Amino acid sequence: MFDDLNDLYQQVILDHSKSPRNYSELPGANRTAQGHNPLCGDHVTLFLNVEGDQVKEISWQGSGCAISRASASILTTALKGKSVAEVKTLFDRVHDMVTTGKSNGDLGKLAVFAGVHKFPARVKCAILPWYAALAAVEGKAEPVSTESEE
Amino acid sequence: MQHTAQSIKGIAGDFPILDQKVNGHPLIYFDNAATTQKPGQVVEALRRYYEHDNANVHRGIHELSNRATRAFENARTRAAAFINARSAEEIVFTRGTTEGINLVANSWGAKFIKAGDKILLTEMEHHSNIVPWQLLAQRTGAQLAFLPVNGDRGLLDLTRLSDSLTPDVKLLAMTHISNTLGTINPVADFCEHARKRGIVTLIDAAQSAGHRPLDVQEIGCDFLVFSGHKMCGPTGIGVLYGRGELLEQMPPYQGGGEMILSCDFYETTYKKPPHKFEAGTPDISGAIGLQAAMNYLDEIGRNNIAHHDQELGAYAFEKLSSMKGIRLFGPTIGRAGLVSFLLNGVHAHDVVTVADQRGIALRGGHHCNQPLMRKLGVESTARASFYFYNTTAEIDRFVEVLREIQKFFGA
Repeated sequence: MFDDLNDLYQQVILDHSKSPRNYSELPGANRTAQGHNPLCGDHVTLFLNVEGDQVKEISWQGSGCAISRASASILTTALKGKSVAEVKTLFDRVHDMVTTGKSNGDLGKLAVFAGVHKFPARVKCAILPWYAALAAVEGKAEPVSTESEE
Repeated sequence: MQHTAQSIKGIAGDFPILDQKVNGHPLIYFDNAATTQKPGQVVEALRRYYEHDNANVHRGIHELSNRATRAFENARTRAAAFINARSAEEIVFTRGTTEGINLVANSWGAKFIKAGDKILLTEMEHHSNIVPWQLLAQRTGAQLAFLPVNGDRGLLDLTRLSDSLTPDVKLLAMTHISNTLGTINPVADFCEHARKRGIVTLIDAAQSAGHRPLDVQEIGCDFLVFSGHKMCGPTGIGVLYGRGELLEQMPPYQGGGEMILSCDFYETTYKKPPHKFEAGTPDISGAIGLQAAMNYLDEIGRNNIAHHDQELGAYAFEKLSSMKGIRLFGPTIGRAGLVSFLLNGVHAHDVVTVADQRGIALRGGHHCNQPLMRKLGVESTARASFYFYNTTAEIDRFVEVLREIQKFFGA
């Protein structure tokens, strides 16, 4: 059933969307960032504890579709322990992957989002938490919106 | 109760677009509240105009210009008859519902709305019937007030209207049919209450004009607006009906060619309505296409369309009600031909994406009804909206796919 959709909704994505990881506020977070997609109402808040150049702890809260929830959940597992520069590099690679389907190097678990590129209307769902992460490590206070991109 | 609604008889072949596969499945087009498909008759009217009669309207001396002017003004007369306006002078062509409301807010509103006045809307209005009034209120110091929607069933409480029609209310602007809830508002009753108090009324008929007979005199409204593209017509054309007396008192909306009698460097005298409100070259082909759409709908019969809509709306509501894990919005009886719903644990956008993979075109999101969504405590809903070419068999297939979606997401 729905073979054509399995690229988009991989088991890992369905799993993370139903049981999101690191789903809580982060007491003592020194960076927070909000992402909002005004087209569908999806919103995500990321809480980070950045020490020196490193993401020590990260968590999230929000609501949205399966893709955006899974993207936020997997993002938190991928960014813990990363340096600010690594976060920016990962953002670029994830952005390329969800828009073109091709990934530059091994993206590990993040590779499950490669199928999103076949669904142009859903690219924003996957990338929303990443914009928030970028804003967080860059220390931007303004909420980011999927609609500022264009 | 047995349901056997087929698509309305006699339309086979009029909508070639519907005869295609999408993602490997026969297309089921359930996004008619956003825009309807166009029959061959409308496409043909546009083609004929561009191939035989195209020229600019009014002021022209030559034959083609005469033909184009005649066709454009015939469309105006046809639109007046379509909604039983007293005369064609009460019909202003616009780009659509949104522009019609903005025209009234900017022209009538700028002249007649003052600081301290109140503009009464309802909680089920589309953004297009909220934002223009917010802009007007910001400019003039007027206040907005909203008639409440009664929970998930989505009804307005007519008994609370009298209390809301306080002496400071100058305008009541409301939708005929809710694009999200499928509620059909008894607009004639609302207008009667307002009229008794001298309150001007505007009816947003975007969701009703192509779906049921409309009579502005029976409704008793001062303004009524609708879009061509939601009733088999082209995009980019719409109608503002304004009671003649009011149009006469209103200042121009935009300035430019077509709307002037004479123009000096420092002063201009304007044409009478409706031309006063139609600056620049209008959407001539759009008006001609809209006329073809009106003719098409009346050949089918708008009563037949309304009946078919209600049959499909009721059928879908009943079928969906029998599912587990679903939340339905809008009235249980007397609904228009659309259903808004949420599957527990599945976001509306995921529903729409998966349905699309099965060839079913739905809409998911806030439907330009964000304040209403907040009131209902949801961020979005999924919506299936029907037209006369849809069938109960398509609804059966749709319900089958929804069950598959529930399984897929383990909901």
